[in-house]
Amino acid sequence: MATQHSRSVARLMMAPAVVLLLGWMLVPLTMTLYFSFKKYLPLRGGDLGWVGFDNYVRFVSSSSFWPAVQATLVIVGGVLVITVVLGILLAMLLDQPMWGQGVVRILVIAPFFVMPTVSALVWKNMFMDPVNGLLAHLWRFFGAEPISWLSEASMTSIIMIVSWQWLPFATLILLTAIQSLDSEQLEAAEMDGAPVLKRFYHIVLPHLSRAITIVILIQTIFLLSIFAEIFVTTGGAFGTRTLTYLIFQRVLESQNVGLGSAGGVYAIILANIVAIFLMRIVGKNLDA
Amino acid sequence: MARAVTSRRKSLNTALAWAVGLLIFFPILWTILTSFKTEAQAIASPPLFLNFDWTLENYAIVQERSDYMRFLWNSVIIAGGSTILGVIIAVPAAWAMAFVPSKRTKDILLWMLSTKMLPAVGVLYPIYLLFIRLGLLDTRGGLVVVLMLINLPIIVWMLYTYFREIPGEILEAARMDGATLKEEILYVLTPMAVPGIASTVLLNFILAWNEAFWTLNLTAVDAAPLTAFIASYSSPEGLFFAKLSAASTMAIAPILILGWFSQKQLVRGLTFGAVK
Repeated sequence: MATQHSRSVARLMMAPAVVLLLGWMLVPLTMTLYFSFKKYLPLRGGDLGWVGFDNYVRFVSSSSFWPAVQATLVIVGGVLVITVVLGILLAMLLDQPMWGQGVVRILVIAPFFVMPTVSALVWKNMFMDPVNGLLAHLWRFFGAEPISWLSEASMTSIIMIVSWQWLPFATLILLTAIQSLDSEQLEAAEMDGAPVLKRFYHIVLPHLSRAITIVILIQTIFLLSIFAEIFVTTGGAFGTRTLTYLIFQRVLESQNVGLGSAGGVYAIILANIVAIFLMRIVGKNLDA
Repeated sequence: MARAVTSRRKSLNTALAWAVGLLIFFPILWTILTSFKTEAQAIASPPLFLNFDWTLENYAIVQERSDYMRFLWNSVIIAGGSTILGVIIAVPAAWAMAFVPSKRTKDILLWMLSTKMLPAVGVLYPIYLLFIRLGLLDTRGGLVVVLMLINLPIIVWMLYTYFREIPGEILEAARMDGATLKEEILYVLTPMAVPGIASTVLLNFILAWNEAFWTLNLTAVDAAPLTAFIASYSSPEGLFFAKLSAASTMAIAPILILGWFSQKQLVRGLTFGAVK
């Protein structure tokens, strides 16, 4: 068993990681809180004094706030629905016996390894360009008028791009979960004549529920802060300005640090609400 | 398996799965193909698939125009440096948590995870300001530290889940035989932990390579890695599909190859051990 000596050694070994992360969390967080109560315009007069909760009120009452909330929810929700539904179907397909399973898996996972700026630019230009994009060729082939994806269907386009990036993640995790399903149970149900949909509903879906929850929570945390995909495609135009992007613009583009920091505090609170649920699940798993 | 799968069903599965797999992979394939076309062929209508004159000129142009090698080198230093630094700090911490657990170990682990949930944009200005004050803006060193910190929770977690699988009895046996703590770590633990550490390094290298919030906001010219190199293609300029494809292919090729080796670790690393 651990002795007193080994305990203090252990504490010493944890110290660097703990101290660094504590600093990484506390220093910027304190600064953000500090700025959020100030009128602070680095390029126009600098620190103009304390303003109480003024920034918090102004951030939520600005005309761009609710559209940004809406854009965030639509993107996060849209991507979650697409990746989870397609992820389940794909995971079930990949779980079937077939030839070249390893290669197919690699093909499906590959988009996850493409850096966000690359996938956004490749989609924007080579697929969604209204004149030379592949989708425009496809539309013309069927006699339809090509769409200017990123201006006319901007949200759909962003959701498509981000879903393409995250589908592999959802598929891989759901596949891992599906593989631990007891195949005898499924076969027994099949023998008893339970139709496919019923088997899916009563056996597969309940078995996957935990993995689905984890996929949703982890993706939500990452999706709430997608940045590069919007930065290099629409730059926040055409209704694609998410909360993250709005804060970025307030802080770095218009250099209204006080206002942006108040927005940042809102973003932190929002992320923490999601995080609490994720931590519960992960924490439970630690005890097991 | 109680029942043999009919080969007809297997053929059907195979065909369907390959079709879906190729569809998902297609944007990457198309990028790679386009990078070998001339600019005129890249926008040809109808699109050309394999029947074009393969050329390497785009790669030469991209390298010449924007000095690809410099961005690549920055990516390697930033991703590699932050991963190595992170592992050096995380190995002792994860070792302590896995082998000398206390009542607070779980709380510390969950707290570390919670720092990962901090939205980057919420602390953008403070970090930006600190970088200016400390002269770290647009330096590789600064980015190494930031990326190390954002990935440190994942590194600790992954190592912890791997270390926990090493049977503690082996360590006790070594201790009985009179091994000091240093010998214990060096000769007993390290050889058993190497596969886990290798997977951790691999996944975190990939995550750091693709990180595109801090690398875009904290670099300008000198320290800009491949994420920024590609972002510089975001304003279109005449015919540029083939050049964009060549640049993209060069930016993702190294990581695609590494990524294929890390499929298994991906699940474990990104779900913090909740799905194995």
